[in-house]
Amino acid sequence: MSVPQYRKVAALALVAGLGLSLTACSTKGDDDGGTDAAGKVTITVDCQPVAAQKELLQNWNADVTEFQKQNPDIVIKSISVGQQCNNPPDFTARLAGGTTTDVFYGYMTDLQQVLDSGQALDITPYVSKDTIATWDSVDPALKEVFTDGGKLYGVPVKNYSMGLVYNKVLFQKAGLDVNNPPKTWPEVREAAKKITAADSSVAGYAEYSAGNTGGWHFTSLLYSQGGRVLSEDGKKAAFNTPEGKQVLQNLKDMRYGDNSMGSRQLLQWGDLLTNAAAGKVGMFIGAPDTTQAIVSQFKGKFEDWAVAPLPGQTDLAKGTLGGGEGYFFKKDLTPEQVKAGLKWVAYQKLTPGKGQLDYVRAKPQNYPVGLPQPLLFANGTEAQKQEFDLRKANANVPVENFALFEAKQLPIVGEPRDAQAIYAVLDSAMSGVLTDPNANVDALLKTAEEKVNQLLAAGS
Amino acid sequence: MAVITAPAPVKAEAGVSSKTNRKLRDNLTGHAFLIGAVVCFGVFMWFPMIRGIVMSFQRTRRGVTSWVGWDNYLRIVEDPSFWVAWKNTFYFTGLALVVGFAVPFFVAILLNEFRHAKGYLRVLVYLPVMLPPASALYLFKYYAYDPSEAGLFNAVLKFLHLPTSEWMQSPTMTMPAMVLASTWMNMGGAVLIYLAALQGIPGDLYEAAELDGAGLWKRIWHVTIPQTRLILALLAMMQIVATMQLFIEPLILANGAGTQDSATSVAYLIYQHGFFQNDLNGAAALGVIMLLVLAAFSAVYLRLSTRDDS
Repeated sequence: MSVPQYRKVAALALVAGLGLSLTACSTKGDDDGGTDAAGKVTITVDCQPVAAQKELLQNWNADVTEFQKQNPDIVIKSISVGQQCNNPPDFTARLAGGTTTDVFYGYMTDLQQVLDSGQALDITPYVSKDTIATWDSVDPALKEVFTDGGKLYGVPVKNYSMGLVYNKVLFQKAGLDVNNPPKTWPEVREAAKKITAADSSVAGYAEYSAGNTGGWHFTSLLYSQGGRVLSEDGKKAAFNTPEGKQVLQNLKDMRYGDNSMGSRQLLQWGDLLTNAAAGKVGMFIGAPDTTQAIVSQFKGKFEDWAVAPLPGQTDLAKGTLGGGEGYFFKKDLTPEQVKAGLKWVAYQKLTPGKGQLDYVRAKPQNYPVGLPQPLLFANGTEAQKQEFDLRKANANVPVENFALFEAKQLPIVGEPRDAQAIYAVLDSAMSGVLTDPNANVDALLKTAEEKVNQLLAAGS
Repeated sequence: MAVITAPAPVKAEAGVSSKTNRKLRDNLTGHAFLIGAVVCFGVFMWFPMIRGIVMSFQRTRRGVTSWVGWDNYLRIVEDPSFWVAWKNTFYFTGLALVVGFAVPFFVAILLNEFRHAKGYLRVLVYLPVMLPPASALYLFKYYAYDPSEAGLFNAVLKFLHLPTSEWMQSPTMTMPAMVLASTWMNMGGAVLIYLAALQGIPGDLYEAAELDGAGLWKRIWHVTIPQTRLILALLAMMQIVATMQLFIEPLILANGAGTQDSATSVAYLIYQHGFFQNDLNGAAALGVIMLLVLAAFSAVYLRLSTRDDS
């Protein structure tokens, strides 16, 4: 073969290769509607634990095997999308690119985004006791979060509400009573001062101010004061109020008045929990399951941590932020796929004694049993009783550390509409009071208010 | 006559046709090879760019996409962070031009003057470029810019009895700190390019300058800078275009917007709109505005430098 012929062959091979790869890219793999010739229905599901979560991954895989054994006509293909399952930028990219799995995990605050992306499927006709045996026991308030215009778009699988998380060892070191944690923000301030006085390398109280987590916690602190982020019709910012000012003033006083919040600020989720696990944080606000993250991800100890109800300004909080997660179903799924997906979610997430609620299996593992949340089932229902009894019988964490939190159920307030966008704006107000000793609380709130109003006007 | 003259045009025609065929054959091979590049550019650059421009005039709600004219642009310009982001970006670009452009040039001149251990020094200067940018920035964030006295920079400042800084937590220090980290991370490449240019300067020019009594600064000013002018101009443009797209520094060093928006850059604002505010169309509009600004800058710059050359 002469040299030019080689060139020709190489060029043709290149073109053919490119053509083939482009064809491969554009070929739709699931044009069989997820059902193969043998009548097996295949669904893809995300939020499979990552390899680092060894025991959780083992449990998940065992659940898939058992589920498929019980349902020989269903094939579950698990996809892992990271430890947190929903890192907002990745989630948005998957939604926009249409690359979510058939049954996909999302936060309660994601409903609007999922609807806007056109990826949401109305699952109202499919959800009943036949597909999810415990459906009638599931807390109606949680179902409501995934409902829009009377149509259900997701199945709740986890929920939380915030309290005051505190380090008992540091409390003792500072001479504080671990059984009588602060009930008000002035008490938190006093306790934080004492904790830092006992060890100057410790932040008595720590708070987020970056990566949208600052706005998230501002919202919870505002709820504790009785305030709200948005007006009732959801069209205007409603946090530039005495309650909002009090939130920022409390933080500013602790940060610069008392110097009890540590010098490192601009913290986001992992930063604060890393410091907490290292014994450098006395108190912060969070859900009981943050102790799980402190232990399993950041190598802290369960016995060091306790959770109390969220403080308020003059008494316990007037309200606490509640949120959670669920599974959505991708549009264009066949009815068989939707039913298969619901069966799987029911098995893995909503059946006492199975999947995430298999406390007998979790007990010997480094996975907490006995935390007061999630509370997926309405009080007094059959499923709630079963789940509660199993949890108590198999507790592997010191349940007394959560007794105060569990004993006082504060009113739970949901997250605002366009939560992530609003949190991004409120981060700025939080970082303002935590990094600038001369920060003007009024000016910070006014700027944030203008931005949120502009954002809401643009989105309407 | 006709018999004699007739074959000539036929021959000529045959010649033209075989030439065309050959040209076509050659071109076909060439075009076939070209397809690879064209497809890659098309799929990964031109298509997304055109798609972005189209998206910037659309709005998707409830899965329905509609044309909204200039709405996204108006909305983006009205975003209170819009002008802050541009101000921050220009500030970073300006600072980076002063520091990030001058420092590598003088480091290259210094390295060029060394007679010994040249290779080692070059490796040392280039080393940071080999670190993944995210790792380098985390080193700065947790090791150098720690606002307590345990932080590397603060420990040095304290040792020298100078006031310490809160670095990324101080709105006034955010930008200088980002420029410093960015310069450290990226200057290795520029230093090597300058070094290559410096070594291309004929030694006799320096000898002549020395004979004329020129000191170090005069030699730099009258010989080095004029001789490396083209490289300097090219790198300046590349640097401005790159620094205007400031993103990873705010994302890692400042956890996003930084304290009171002091680190918000235009590229970070695009990211915020696209991935946190459920506003991909607004993000596309801001992307187009940024593209236009950079294109305008590049056009003016190229026009000026061409005019200068002529």
